[in-house]
Amino acid sequence: MAGLHKSEFANPVINWIDTRLPIFTMMQKEYGVFPTPKNFNYLWNFGALAMVILMIMIATGIFLAMNYQPNTDLAFNSVQHIMRDVNFGWLIRYAHQNGASMFFIVTYIHIFRGLYYGSYKTPRELLWMLGVVILILMMATAFMGYVLPWGQMSYWGATVITNLFSAFPVVGPKIVTLLWGGFSVDQPTLNRFFALHYLLPFVLVGVIFLHVAALHITGSNNPLGIDVKSPQDTLPFHPYYTVKDSVGICAFMAFFACFIFFFPNLLGDPNNFIPANPLSTPADIVPEWYFLPYYAILRSVPNKLLGVCMMFGSLIVLFVLPWLDTSPVRSARFRPIYKMLIWVWVAAFVVLGICGAHKPEGIWVILSRIATLYYFAHFLVVLPILGKLERPLPLPESISQPVLGRRSGGGPLPGAAPAKPMEKA
Amino acid sequence: MADSSAAAHHPASGDVTKRDLLQLIALSGAAIAAGAIAWPLIDSMNPSKDVLALSSVEVDLTPIAEGQGIVVSWQGKPIFVRHRTAAEIKEAQDVKLSQLIDPHDGLDSERVKAGHDQWLVVVGICTHLGCIPLGNKPSDPRGEYGGWFCPCHGSQYDTSGRVRHGPAPLNLALPPYAFESNTKIKVG
Repeated sequence: MAGLHKSEFANPVINWIDTRLPIFTMMQKEYGVFPTPKNFNYLWNFGALAMVILMIMIATGIFLAMNYQPNTDLAFNSVQHIMRDVNFGWLIRYAHQNGASMFFIVTYIHIFRGLYYGSYKTPRELLWMLGVVILILMMATAFMGYVLPWGQMSYWGATVITNLFSAFPVVGPKIVTLLWGGFSVDQPTLNRFFALHYLLPFVLVGVIFLHVAALHITGSNNPLGIDVKSPQDTLPFHPYYTVKDSVGICAFMAFFACFIFFFPNLLGDPNNFIPANPLSTPADIVPEWYFLPYYAILRSVPNKLLGVCMMFGSLIVLFVLPWLDTSPVRSARFRPIYKMLIWVWVAAFVVLGICGAHKPEGIWVILSRIATLYYFAHFLVVLPILGKLERPLPLPESISQPVLGRRSGGGPLPGAAPAKPMEKA
Repeated sequence: MADSSAAAHHPASGDVTKRDLLQLIALSGAAIAAGAIAWPLIDSMNPSKDVLALSSVEVDLTPIAEGQGIVVSWQGKPIFVRHRTAAEIKEAQDVKLSQLIDPHDGLDSERVKAGHDQWLVVVGICTHLGCIPLGNKPSDPRGEYGGWFCPCHGSQYDTSGRVRHGPAPLNLALPPYAFESNTKIKVG
């Protein structure tokens, strides 16, 4: 009996299961009483939102796959069949199509929060790197999903993106042939993209599990970026953050629903209503909005190989960000110069996105080059130097101190008992 | 407030508090929302509009010789159309309801269209576990009752498509159909 877990649950059925497989104890520890910094703002909702949208994507995707045909002759029409004939097919497909955009909106904000509040700094470097893996997997999944409807943008998007690999010397063309399973994007390509598009989300779930597991080891960062010093600095995850996340989820679902029900094709491309034609490239070829910044980086470099390397490099550089940023202070609140420069970086990213949507002519070429330069300089030059030069503002002694100090001049809140430790924390 | 003890929300008397009500409302709201999201996904598995559109099929009876049967596909199901001999009709009509396993729609007159006694139209799916019984061709095994014999578990049907020997519990189902002329029927 030595190996059995001693369960504290009163319900005999739960107790019986929990004794043998302590999942209830684990859930209670990780999501019930889990000590969480008490000063989260709403930017800390976005991890949970990303989780919700992933679940929506997997659920809608499974039901779409029941009606989709990964065959170059049938794919386009099977999507129209889903839209017109399948019960609620229009809803499921629009949820999935717009869900991809929602996933990127939520994830980009989640990443911004990490950048702004220094969530990537020690001891959360691995947590951050797993996050970058998640981002790259998401991009691969989104790209392959976009190919499946087999419209003009699907086909030419697939052609252009797979041809990126042809830039590499010697092995490049062989890699591209391998990706295609032939000598152009065709049936084998579509079929394998469907298989991988179904597989990768479950790989994502696995990496997200590691991401969350790592988070529960280090604990969450917080808007002050200082460590939790005592139980007074934390609240149990439930009900405080389950409820706060629920508020965010409701608001997010309303936002999502606006797209699904009122502007379902706003984020799509009209060219994808034309079936794929391997003999004719559409006049205006642009990727989905969430790839535009990277697309702009690719086009800003006049050399094929260098452009591809810069584009992939813009993601790879995020892996080493924890070591590029030399400042020991996490939150931008206490870094007056970083606080401005992070917005310059965001502006560069947005400008790149706008440049990516325009033809590379005139001012757009210059703008995208300047923005690309800052994108990389921010990480490779500014952050390493800034950490040495910048004089951070004084950090508060604890998470509790500035909150209590502001409200009642340093004394305890009336009616509260801040000196008393949380019972379960 | 946030730090006050849990006991404050649940008085020792066990009375219902305002918080209990709020929790119930919140949880039921979440449950309704989850159901509303789940329903379109589940309903998408029901037959789609194009499947429902394939609802009828016309059958020309002229090539079917007396004593023979054919199989036509209707909504993906086999439909047996049998041209019965006079002996088979007599045999089917002489059976009493008390001899049947399933007396529902058990009279032969309930199983054919009036004036078209020689034509029997049934869904060719064994009511036991869904196999397709043998017996359309005169050379097929037709069982002791001269109708159909199911090769899966030995159920036997008579010349009116009624189950006469288990394990099948029900008579062969009757599809909706009508005579468009003496030599043509429309199933569905």
